[in-house]
Amino acid sequence: MTTKLFGTKVARVEDQRFLRGQGRYVDDLLHDDPRLLHAAVLRSPHAHARITDIDVSDVLDVEGVVAVWTHDDLTDAMAEPLPLLIPHPTLTHGRTQYALAKDEVNHVGEAIAFVVAVDRYVAEDAVARIRVTYEHLEPVVGIDAARAATRLVHDDVPGNVGARMEQENGDARAAIADAPHTLVLDLDIERSACTPMEGRGTVARWDPDTSRLTVWSSTQTSTGVRGCVAAKLGLDLAKVDVITPDVGGGFGVKVVHPWPEELLVPLAAKTLGRPVKFTEDRREHFISSAHERAQQHHVEVGFDDAGRVLGLNVEFWHDHGAYTPYGLIVPIITSTQLLGPYKPLNYRVVFESLYTNTVIVTPYRGAGRPQGCFVMERTMDAIAAYLGKDRTEVRSANFIQPDEFPYEHGLIFQDGRELTYDSGDYPASLEKLKALVGWDDFEDFRAEMAAQGRRVGIGLACYVEGTGVGPYEGAHVHVETSGKVKVATGLTTQGQGHQTAFAQIVADTLGVRFEDVEITTGDTRKMPYAVGTFASRAAVMSGSAIHLAALRAKEKALRIAAEALEAAEEDLEIVDGVVSVRGTDASIDLGTVAVLSNPLRYAFDEASKAATQFSVGDPGKPPVAEDDEPGLEGKDFYSPPRSTFANGMHAVIVETDPDTAEITILKYAVVHDCGHLINPMIVEGQIHGGVAQGVGGALYERMAYDESGQLLNASFMDFLMPYASEVPTSIDIDHLETPSPLNPLGIKGAGEAGVIPSAAVFAAAIEDAEGFPITAMPISPSELYALRLSHADPEETS
Amino acid sequence: MSEQIHDVRLHVNGSVHEVRVPARRLLSDALRHDCGLTGTHVGCEHGVCGACTVLVDGAPMRSCLMLAVSAVDAEITTVEGLTEDDGTPQGRLSPVQQAFSDCHGLQCGFCTPGFLTTITAGLEENPDPTEDEAREMIAGNLCRCTGYQNIVKSVLRAAEINAEADAKSKADAGQERA
Ligand code: FES
Ligand code: FES
Repeated sequence: MTTKLFGTKVARVEDQRFLRGQGRYVDDLLHDDPRLLHAAVLRSPHAHARITDIDVSDVLDVEGVVAVWTHDDLTDAMAEPLPLLIPHPTLTHGRTQYALAKDEVNHVGEAIAFVVAVDRYVAEDAVARIRVTYEHLEPVVGIDAARAATRLVHDDVPGNVGARMEQENGDARAAIADAPHTLVLDLDIERSACTPMEGRGTVARWDPDTSRLTVWSSTQTSTGVRGCVAAKLGLDLAKVDVITPDVGGGFGVKVVHPWPEELLVPLAAKTLGRPVKFTEDRREHFISSAHERAQQHHVEVGFDDAGRVLGLNVEFWHDHGAYTPYGLIVPIITSTQLLGPYKPLNYRVVFESLYTNTVIVTPYRGAGRPQGCFVMERTMDAIAAYLGKDRTEVRSANFIQPDEFPYEHGLIFQDGRELTYDSGDYPASLEKLKALVGWDDFEDFRAEMAAQGRRVGIGLACYVEGTGVGPYEGAHVHVETSGKVKVATGLTTQGQGHQTAFAQIVADTLGVRFEDVEITTGDTRKMPYAVGTFASRAAVMSGSAIHLAALRAKEKALRIAAEALEAAEEDLEIVDGVVSVRGTDASIDLGTVAVLSNPLRYAFDEASKAATQFSVGDPGKPPVAEDDEPGLEGKDFYSPPRSTFANGMHAVIVETDPDTAEITILKYAVVHDCGHLINPMIVEGQIHGGVAQGVGGALYERMAYDESGQLLNASFMDFLMPYASEVPTSIDIDHLETPSPLNPLGIKGAGEAGVIPSAAVFAAAIEDAEGFPITAMPISPSELYALRLSHADPEETS
Repeated sequence: MSEQIHDVRLHVNGSVHEVRVPARRLLSDALRHDCGLTGTHVGCEHGVCGACTVLVDGAPMRSCLMLAVSAVDAEITTVEGLTEDDGTPQGRLSPVQQAFSDCHGLQCGFCTPGFLTTITAGLEENPDPTEDEAREMIAGNLCRCTGYQNIVKSVLRAAEINAEADAKSKADAGQERA
C-alpha cells in the first residue's frame, strides 16, 4: 500500500528549479528574443492635479524609442475607465482610474504615458523627456483630511465618501445603554503594503500567423486578466491566453487587475507586432501598486460583571486611496471578521470608505482582518483591565462554544453569503496557547525580570478567518499512456508550494507515485475556468477540485481495468500507478489503462499499438460508448455553499527597554487550526512568513505620506521591512485540527493566519509591559518613548 | 543621442560571455539579459534587498550596484554556478542549496539566489557558525515569504553537510593510506 502523503512533510518539488536558478519569473521570459521591446511609464509626480498639456514631441528623437502612448492615443474600451471589479450596492460612488490618466491625476504614481523602446534604460530616458503641464489641486491625505472634506478627491463625490455600510444584529446601542459597564475606545491603524520581493510584471506577444495574443503576468488571477485583456482590446476570449509563470510573492497586491500595464503591454505588442515587456521597479511598486490597513475605529461596548459583551457598536473610517477597483472587500471583511471567536449579544457596525489622494487600497494578506482583530482584542483587553480580570478569562466568557457550530452571526460576509462559522474549538485552542507561552507562569517571570531592572509584557490575540471563499475552482486530471499524471488547476501560485501540496492529493486519491504527478497552475490554455489565489483559498478550493477530478479519473480507470482484468471494480485497487485485483497477481498499469481508454486508428508507439481498432473493443459496439469520452481523464469543479472558517491565537512576550523604549521579542507562540493539514511543513512556513509580515506591520512598516501626498519612504532604504534580525528567532507552533465539514478533505485555508493578530498581540504585550493603553499601531520606539512621557507622573518628571 | 557601446568579456561560472553594453548597464542586467543567466534576481535595484547578490572573485557583491564594465577582470559566480559536478547534466545541489531544500528555506524562491550566494561565501569564512552568527550572516538580505527562521536553519544545516562531507573525505583518505 502506498503510504498516505496527505498530512506529511513532503519536500517541495518546486525547490529544485528555484535552487538551481531555473525558476521562470515574468521578467525572465523572452530574454533571448532580439525583437523584445521594453516599456516604461511616466507617473504623476503630484498627488492631485489637472493635466492641461502633455508634450511628447522630444520623445521620438531618442534613439531606440519605438512608440509612446498617452490617453489621447487610446480608443474604444481602452479609453474608458478601468473596471470596477467588485461592485456593491452600498458603493454608491465607486471610481476607477484610466489606463493612462485623462485630464486629472489623483495620486503620486498614477500612470500618464507609456513608452516602448529597445531597452528599459532607453525607455526611461524617453519618459524623462515628456513634458506635462499640471494645474495643481490641493490633495486630500489621510483619514482626518478625508473626513473633514474641506477638499474633495473627486469633484463629484461629496464628503469623499465612496460608500457607507451598516450591519446590525440585535440592538447594540440599546444593549450598551442598559449594560452594567461601558467603555469607549478610539483606535488607529496605519498603512502598510504587501511588498513582495518581485514586483508586478507583464510580457505579451502577438502572433500574426495565428492571430493570437499570449500574455504572461505575475498576476494572482490569470483568468481575470484574460477576461479584462480580451474585453479592453476588443478580442475574442478564445484569441487570448494568459499564463502566470513563477511568481515572486503576491500577498494580495497581484490579485488586482487589470493594472494599466497589463493592458498597455498587450496593446503595444499587438500594435507593434513585437513582444513587449514591462517590469515594475521598486519605487513604482511603492507608488503605483496598492497599499492596505489604514483605518480609524470608534468603539462603544457594554458588558456585564463577567466581561460578557452585551452590546458592541463599532464605527470606522477606511482609507481606500484614490480609486476603488476592488470595491469594499477590505472594509467588509474588517466589519464582519472583527467578531473573531466571540459572540457579542448585540452588534452594530457602520463604516465609511473614504477617498484620499494616495495609492489605492486593496487586500494585503489578512485583508482587513488585522484591523478587525486589533479592534476586538483591544476591546477585550480593555474590558479585562476595567474589571480587573485575567485577559484570558474575559475571552473565555465570550467564546462561541464547540457545540454551537454551525454558528450564525446574523451578518453578511464578503462573499455575499451569511456569516456562518462551520467549526472550531476555541476553548481548546486557548488552553493550548496558555500552555505554549506559559501564560500562568508569566507573573513569576515578570518579577524575575523586574529584579534585574528589565521590563517585560505578555499579550494574546485570537482571530477567526473566513478562508476558501467561492465561487469555485476546477481541476483537470489526465493520465498519459506513460502513466504520468498531468494536472491543471486554474488558480495561480506565488510560492505556497501548490505543486507539491496538490500532487500529494493526487498521489493519494488516484493511487499514483508522487513523482509521476505534475501540476500546472494559472495557465488559461489548460484550465480556462478559474477565479484566483486570494483569501487563503487555494488549498481549499483547488485542493478539493483536484481531489474530485482525481476521483473521476480513478472511477474511469477502475471501470476500464475491471473490463480488461475481467474482475469486479470493487475488487480492484490502485497502488503506485498499478491497478490490481486484490489478493491476486492480476494487474495492469495505469498507463495501459490510459491506452485502452482511447481507441486509436493510428499506432505511434508500442503502447498505442495495443489500442488500435483492430486490437481492442467489441466490434458490435461503437468504439467510444455513447455516454463516454476517449482518454483517461477526470475533470471536476468545487463550489462550496460558503467560506470555511479557520482560527488561531497568538501570544507574545516582549521586553521594552526602560531607557530607549526599544521593543524586543522574547517569545512568540501560535496555536493554529486550519482543519486537516495537507503538508505541515508548508503550513508552518506560511505561519513563519505571516508572523514576519505581522512583526513588520506592528513595529516597523508604515507608508510615510507628507501633507502634499508624497510618499517619503518609497524604497527599501526607508520602508523598514524586517530582516532576520527583527523577527522572532523561533516561533512555537501548535496545531489543532478541527476539520471543515464543507469540503471533502476537511481543510481550511492557512495563508493569512500568521499576520492577522500581530498588531493586536503586540499592542497587548507592550501595554502589559508599560502599564498604559496602546491605541495606535504600528508603534516605534520613539512613539513608545513619547507615550511614556505623556503618561509619566508629572510629579516624577518635574 | 547615441550611447558609447563597450565590448565586455565577463567570466561567469567558468564560461566567458562576450557582451556589448553601454557603460551604464548594471551587472545584474548584463547577467540576466545579456548572458541569459536569469537566476540572479532583482528586488530593489538600490542595494538593499540582496536578491541580486553574486560572488565576485568569491566575495558576495550586489550586482545591481556594479556596472557590467567594471566586472571585466573578475570571476563571477551566480546561482547557476553553485551546483556541483556529479556527472549528470543537472549537477548536484551544493550543500547550501541542499540545506534550503531540507529545511524549507524558500517559498517563492525570488530572494533565494541572493541568500544562496551570500551563505556560500559566509560559510567559507566561518564554516561552523553559531545560530546567532548564522542569523548575522543573512541579516543583510530581505525575504518576504519565509520569516527567516528556516533560512537560519538552512545555514546551520549547510554547515553540517559540509562538516559531514569533510569528515567523510578525511575518512576515505585515511582508508586509502591504510
Ligand atoms: S536588487 Fe540588488 S540589492 Fe536589491
Ligand atoms: S522566498 Fe519569497 S521572498 Fe524569500
